[in-house]
Amino acid sequence: MKRLIPLAAGAALLCAGTAFAQGTLEAVQKKGFVQCGVSTGLAGFSQPDSKGVWKGLDVDVCRAIAAAVFGDATKVRYTPLTAQQRFTALQSGEVDLLARNTTWTVTRDTSLGLNFVGVNFYDGQGFMVPKKLNVKSAKQLKGATVCVQPGTTTELNLSDYFRANGMTFKPVVIEKLEEVTNAYFSGRCDVFTTDVSGLVSVRGSRAPNPNDHVILPEVISKEPLGPAVRHGDDKWFDIVKWSMYAMIEAEEMGLSSKTIDQAGSSKDPAVQRFIGASGDIGKMLGVDNKWAANIVRQIGNYGESFEANLKPLGFERGLNQLWTKGGILYSPPLR
Amino acid sequence: MSTAASWLRRNLFSSWASALATLTILYLAWALLPPFLEWALVKAIWWAQDSKACRDLQGAGACWAFITEKHRFIIFGTYPYEQHWRPGVASALLIALWCVSVLRTFWRWWLSLVWVAGLALIAMLMWGGVLGLTYVENERWGGLILTLLLATFGSAFAFPLAVLLALGRRSRLPAVRAVCVGYIELVRGVPLISLLFMASVMLPLFLPEGLTIDKLLRAQIALILFAAAYLAEVVRGGLQAVSHHQYEAAEALGLGYWKRTLFVILPQALRYAIAPLVNTFIGLFKDTSLVVIIGLFDLLTSLKVSLQEPAWTGFGVEAYLFAAAVYFLFCWAMSVYSQGLERDLARDGAPRLLRGA
Amino acid sequence: MRRGLVLQVALVAALAAIVGFLAWNTAHNLESRRIASGFAFLWREAGFEIGERTLFAYSAADSYFRALAVGLANTFRVAAIGILLATVLGTLLGLARLAPNWLLAKLASAYVEVMRNVPLLVQLFFWYAIISEVLPGPREALNPLPGVFLSNRGIAFPLPGSSPELSGFNFTGGASLSPEFAALLVGLVTYTAAFIAEIVRAGILSVPRGQFEAAESLGLGRRDAMRQVILPQALRMIVPPLTSQYLNLTKNSSLAVAIGYPDLVSIANTTINQTGQAIEGIAIIMAVYLTISLSISAFMNWYNRGVALKGLRR
Repeated sequence: MKRLIPLAAGAALLCAGTAFAQGTLEAVQKKGFVQCGVSTGLAGFSQPDSKGVWKGLDVDVCRAIAAAVFGDATKVRYTPLTAQQRFTALQSGEVDLLARNTTWTVTRDTSLGLNFVGVNFYDGQGFMVPKKLNVKSAKQLKGATVCVQPGTTTELNLSDYFRANGMTFKPVVIEKLEEVTNAYFSGRCDVFTTDVSGLVSVRGSRAPNPNDHVILPEVISKEPLGPAVRHGDDKWFDIVKWSMYAMIEAEEMGLSSKTIDQAGSSKDPAVQRFIGASGDIGKMLGVDNKWAANIVRQIGNYGESFEANLKPLGFERGLNQLWTKGGILYSPPLR
Repeated sequence: MSTAASWLRRNLFSSWASALATLTILYLAWALLPPFLEWALVKAIWWAQDSKACRDLQGAGACWAFITEKHRFIIFGTYPYEQHWRPGVASALLIALWCVSVLRTFWRWWLSLVWVAGLALIAMLMWGGVLGLTYVENERWGGLILTLLLATFGSAFAFPLAVLLALGRRSRLPAVRAVCVGYIELVRGVPLISLLFMASVMLPLFLPEGLTIDKLLRAQIALILFAAAYLAEVVRGGLQAVSHHQYEAAEALGLGYWKRTLFVILPQALRYAIAPLVNTFIGLFKDTSLVVIIGLFDLLTSLKVSLQEPAWTGFGVEAYLFAAAVYFLFCWAMSVYSQGLERDLARDGAPRLLRGA
Repeated sequence: MRRGLVLQVALVAALAAIVGFLAWNTAHNLESRRIASGFAFLWREAGFEIGERTLFAYSAADSYFRALAVGLANTFRVAAIGILLATVLGTLLGLARLAPNWLLAKLASAYVEVMRNVPLLVQLFFWYAIISEVLPGPREALNPLPGVFLSNRGIAFPLPGSSPELSGFNFTGGASLSPEFAALLVGLVTYTAAFIAEIVRAGILSVPRGQFEAAESLGLGRRDAMRQVILPQALRMIVPPLTSQYLNLTKNSSLAVAIGYPDLVSIANTTINQTGQAIEGIAIIMAVYLTISLSISAFMNWYNRGVALKGLRR
């Protein structure tokens, strides 16, 4: 009899398991919220404010999915993940999507059981040094002590760059951004390396005197950051992908959270399709036909999200400007 | 006057070495204390609209304004701002429960009912969803209450498990003994952080597809499994302190194993082990701080996240001193209590065997 | 007896069932999610640099295996030095708590209370903040002794045949300790010493009063009595709990991951991050620590038998 108990328990667990073995969309609809994996705190991308409300560019992706699926951007729950946890959390189904400033690489796309849906922020790695060291190029950094966050593509690019140029360096690896920047500004390292956008924001917001630090001209890598979903669920993949693109497309069409309610009177058939007044894009995705309008009404377009979250930290649009305005943001057509 | 002089002579200047030690200590106090007090109190900033006033000091004084500005986030984490009174009341309730439980007059059977009621009330407050309280998912729980809950539930669930493990380790059945010894030694042999990593990145892969356990719960499970192994060794010490005659007498009465253990041996063994048990609970309370490494929003994490807001970076020393003070307050209270209890029990005739265990 | 047998069979069967169930799940999950498994990654190129190396030469072109070995050597380095210093400081503090000087005794007990009641992790963060924020940069390094330089890059000191010199960005030549290592070492030593002090004190108090008096009547001074009569006897009480403090220190050194000292856990963490092979990475961490723990306790048991009273040995 006693032997039966664990078996029965095991069987019960198995049943619970099979009950969940369905599409992510159905599972999300059933539980009533999107579980979103974010960072444990990176200003501008995902960070709780003083009142404990999550804010940031990545957080807006999560909210956009909720707006598309439920028509309500608040139906999101956030799971703060460390760099180490992020992939397993997605693989195991603990989170429905990962929006955690993660670089899209081929290794991650193939061997980690996940799919990147696209790019919501284009970045590249650079170096920042104190002006008083009088360094003009990254090629002069031989023997320098470099502050870097471990387990990132940044760390690998750094090693590659110094190896390629036949130079040595001494890494100081600290996982938390706050600590690694403190280490740099306190003089623990000669050089701080991370994505250029990060360097700009760190210099603008944390340096005692921003003019004391220069960002070297070399950009040593491509860092396309984007949300990722589990491998093998194409329907969910589509929803996340197009929710993200809808925000970019809205900016290109000139639709914003302020103008979206007047969009119904627009004569432009593309706008009509976008807000779901004509066509059935939403139905094809398996969500409400007003999905895109809901996203823009509740979160805004990409530009608005950028203005609200990244502009205050000193980020420039740069590459993350629309393709029509000199950047490389380009949404496939919503039709 | 002469008593003071003789006290000084006896306690501070009894020999050359002693006099030298006294003078060295006094000199160090004279050299180090004033600058520290000037930094911590005199030049410190307690209130500020923004961090500018603190930055202007350039480290000459402490920036306690960081703590006053961020105290709600530090203490309540990401819990909805308008609902902060709920974790506040819950924390107070939990601390009150602890305070009541440490008084020996209340060591009655109904205390467990009080706990059940108290915890139910805390769960209701924290989750809500009833009586007009809005529902708050546990991903948003954070700060002090999370630290307290992790420690409380950690102890509450680890304890019965520890008793079973300790009994198993002393069992006459070789397989039971082997399993218990294996478990205890395995867990005690690895650092807590590796168990937390396991709970946070490995456990999800162990479970059937689609079945997930909440991150908070996983960390809690790891803490319970960890604490149980350490507690088990303390309980075992208590069991060993119970005299052989007690075992034999209970057997002679014709009591079966469980009756014998539950009604005769365990009450005595646990009484012997109370002081080291409290010490292990203090350890568990301190160990909850490690969840910062797996990104759970406990007190230390919310403190570190506060430090990340661009306006308030660079006040780490103040922040960590604050954290140290909070942890110290709780642990020190527990440790003073355990020392008092130890004295009481020793006076009441319990063997002094377990001192310092 | 039959009931005992049934219970044992049931326990073993239940354990086997649970382990089998979890193993089956894991295998299934890894396959269905297309996650790589196995230890083949150990021989692949790691691709990241390590800031501090003990014993082994290492560059980013070496394998993960070598990187982990460097991490393990770093763990051993901080644990060995930490154990040595914590024992010295802890013994001194334990003796100070028993000293006739009131001020010294109170100071030592205040130290013990504070250290024991604040989590080690908070202390580590604190020390690291102090070391990296208070000390000057390498170009303004403090030079307390000839050839010794104190800066926020750590401590550089001379070795026979080579002394540290400022060249380019940093000191070259001689030997140096990094701030991460220093913060971890200071944190571990000051924390563990508080526990060791208590053990030493309890050990000395456990020696019967008559022994002090006997030593005194033999005409031994306080110091000689301590060294030749009391301490050897106290040692028997001290060694078992001391062993577990040594183990704790070694295990606590894994908190290095929080302040960036490249110990085994920190390197394994990076490895997991880059390969996505969490199970293998954590299995390595656990296996290594388990081996260390079991060896230290085996050694201590052996030592313990040596200091135990001959007559009491069973």
